[in-house]
Amino acid sequence: MSVFLDHAATTPLRPEAMVALEKALGVLGNPSSVHSDGQRTRAILEDARDQISKAADCNRSEVIFTSGGTESNNEAIKGLYWEANNKDPQRNLIITSAAEHHAALDPALWLAAEQGAEIHYVDLEANGMVKLGELEEFIMLNSSRIALISLIWVNNETGVITDVPRIAKLAKELGIAIHSDAVAAFGNIPLSFKDSNLTSMAISGHKVGSPIGVGALIVSRGAKPASLLHGGGQERGLRSGTMNYPLAAAFAAAAAAAQLDMALRAQRLVGLRDHLEREILKAIPNALRTAFGAERVPHNAHLIFDGVQSDSLLFLLDQRGISVSAGSACQAGVLAPSHVLLAMGYSETQAGACLRITLGRTTTQSDVDVFIDAIVPSFEQSLLAGLSSRAI
Amino acid sequence: MRILAAMSGGVDSAVAAARAVEAGHEVVGVHLALSRMPGTLRTGSRGCCTIEDSMDAQRAANTLGIPYYVWDFSERFKIDVVDDFVAEYKAGRTPNPCMRCNERIKFAALLEKGLALGFDAVATGHYASIKEDSDGNLELHRSLAMAKDQSYVLGVLNKDQLKHSYFPLGATASKDLIRKEAADRGLSVAQKPDSYDICFIPEGDTRDWLKEFVPSEPGTILDQDGNQIGEHDSHVGFTIGQRKGLNLGRPAKDGKPRYVLEIRPVTKEIIVGPEEALQISELYGTRLSWCGKPQLDPSVFFDCEVQVRAHGDTVPAQAAVIDGEMIIHLLEPFYGVAPGQTAVLYVGTRVLGQVTIDRTKSKASVSA
Repeated sequence: MSVFLDHAATTPLRPEAMVALEKALGVLGNPSSVHSDGQRTRAILEDARDQISKAADCNRSEVIFTSGGTESNNEAIKGLYWEANNKDPQRNLIITSAAEHHAALDPALWLAAEQGAEIHYVDLEANGMVKLGELEEFIMLNSSRIALISLIWVNNETGVITDVPRIAKLAKELGIAIHSDAVAAFGNIPLSFKDSNLTSMAISGHKVGSPIGVGALIVSRGAKPASLLHGGGQERGLRSGTMNYPLAAAFAAAAAAAQLDMALRAQRLVGLRDHLEREILKAIPNALRTAFGAERVPHNAHLIFDGVQSDSLLFLLDQRGISVSAGSACQAGVLAPSHVLLAMGYSETQAGACLRITLGRTTTQSDVDVFIDAIVPSFEQSLLAGLSSRAI
Repeated sequence: MRILAAMSGGVDSAVAAARAVEAGHEVVGVHLALSRMPGTLRTGSRGCCTIEDSMDAQRAANTLGIPYYVWDFSERFKIDVVDDFVAEYKAGRTPNPCMRCNERIKFAALLEKGLALGFDAVATGHYASIKEDSDGNLELHRSLAMAKDQSYVLGVLNKDQLKHSYFPLGATASKDLIRKEAADRGLSVAQKPDSYDICFIPEGDTRDWLKEFVPSEPGTILDQDGNQIGEHDSHVGFTIGQRKGLNLGRPAKDGKPRYVLEIRPVTKEIIVGPEEALQISELYGTRLSWCGKPQLDPSVFFDCEVQVRAHGDTVPAQAAVIDGEMIIHLLEPFYGVAPGQTAVLYVGTRVLGQVTIDRTKSKASVSA
């Protein structure tokens, strides 16, 4: 019996999404076609847009369906940068944080490497919180040079929440575009695009219980980011390509369901998560919580296990049927020390000794108990294996 | 047994893992990430130049229905194998990195980690056999497929390492049979080409690769009488017995080709001379180990055969260890043996032990 405690990676399909998907798959028609068949699938797509706009608290025309978080972040960051830089070539500065997911970090790095952009990283506190005061100061001092601010709403590793609206308010006053990667926030904590003052916000379907392969970029009506794709001009010209109404319908159903059970789920998961953390810290003196004192999402426990290597822990837990994560792996499958933990001031060795345990809708007390029983022997055995870097 | 199958992404290790599964063992596949690729967008990124191999290994593990993981040994590999390789060349020697990898990574770092995590042995796709003598001592032997025999690069294994090593391919007569078996088992790597190069020098040009690590330091090329006959931009990367790439303008007086006889790292001099001068009759070294049961009384000269290259010939010899130094009298000469190379001692098909060559002796002179 497997115990899945990696809900931040992806979370089980919601039954509502399955129903919506099956129903939509049975309907024929290209949503762009003018005939009645096309109009029927168009209606499915637009129903989905309504539901997403409610879940994200935005105007329906601000919802641009995409293939997921990575595409949404790429479109926003490159599109908004190009738009600002084309209007005023002086604006080539991208402000971002060291806590970004690679889907938002790498587009900025690409713009710096290939397109003449400059990047300014906001530092993190030791608990993973963005230094907002410093950030505000920097923005004020450099406002005429800034093309774009990009800030992750909830860090995907530590679960730390950033007060993005606080920065967005300032950005709006200064007329600077600001994007947020809200993939780890959407469906887990209440958020309102309308009240956020953001220019754009990336969200993803499979993190809230839809199939993988669908997401959205919420783009304020006044913003005109350049498009990555050129073709039929669908989705406000920002996302050419035949519109994927079945996946949009599934995404919308999952997002709506996640909105409905969010408060209760959060309450339940905080209880389970806090219990899990308490038990780990009690049993393993070498364990430490990374996001101490920071505001966090309810379902995320992120710990460092001093003296071991994540890959040993992951292996031993997996052998016991428990799925957790240790951060991101490169394409070859190698666990890389997290850039987020390094930015929080941890050593490479500590960054290579973390575990991210993320709970979700289907997590039970028994799942948590199985994990608690397994972590101590797994930790002790991992200690024996030690660090691969040690001399033998 | 619980077996950790080291899977490189090649056909041999895939079939080795398959055979371990078939033998009824509990098998877990592991791919070793050994090299770091600098200059990618990611901070602290590592081990990413083997994406295709890693995927091939994973696909093979999927086909066999075994769990698969990637473990990162790039830091150790850099220190124990790559840095050692560069340092050896800088000192004018010719190292064998595969041997060092077996000694320090596969059958040390990986094995230690595997044992700690509950495994009994590491299985690899090496062509070699482990046998037991009448007293129950483990012995390493050449594989049945002589053309592919890899017992040489495993010569560094000691008694304890042999106890936890498993070479399922040793009794197979040829690589073709392995490829056929891989195809029969539905393994996608069945026809994947063999790799011959040093894994961290995929282009195959060692001298060119070394340039990145070693500043250019011009020096002279001298004949045996000390006359300058050429120049070079770095002594690093030359190897004893090398004939090509010397760029000597004038031919030798006798018109015969000239070979590198000696590398003098301190004075940056390369000494060249005729093929006859490459004849080596004695080998000496102190970094030695016994593969399984040691020679009964190594201070007394004993008969053996010696091999100094992975797929080289063997020559009959007599060896002894005197004051911690192994002395090998070759009964037939080797041509062009470089300090840094490993001499593996055989008795019949059995690997007796190995020594890293510190110095050699030809009939005329000693090079160090």
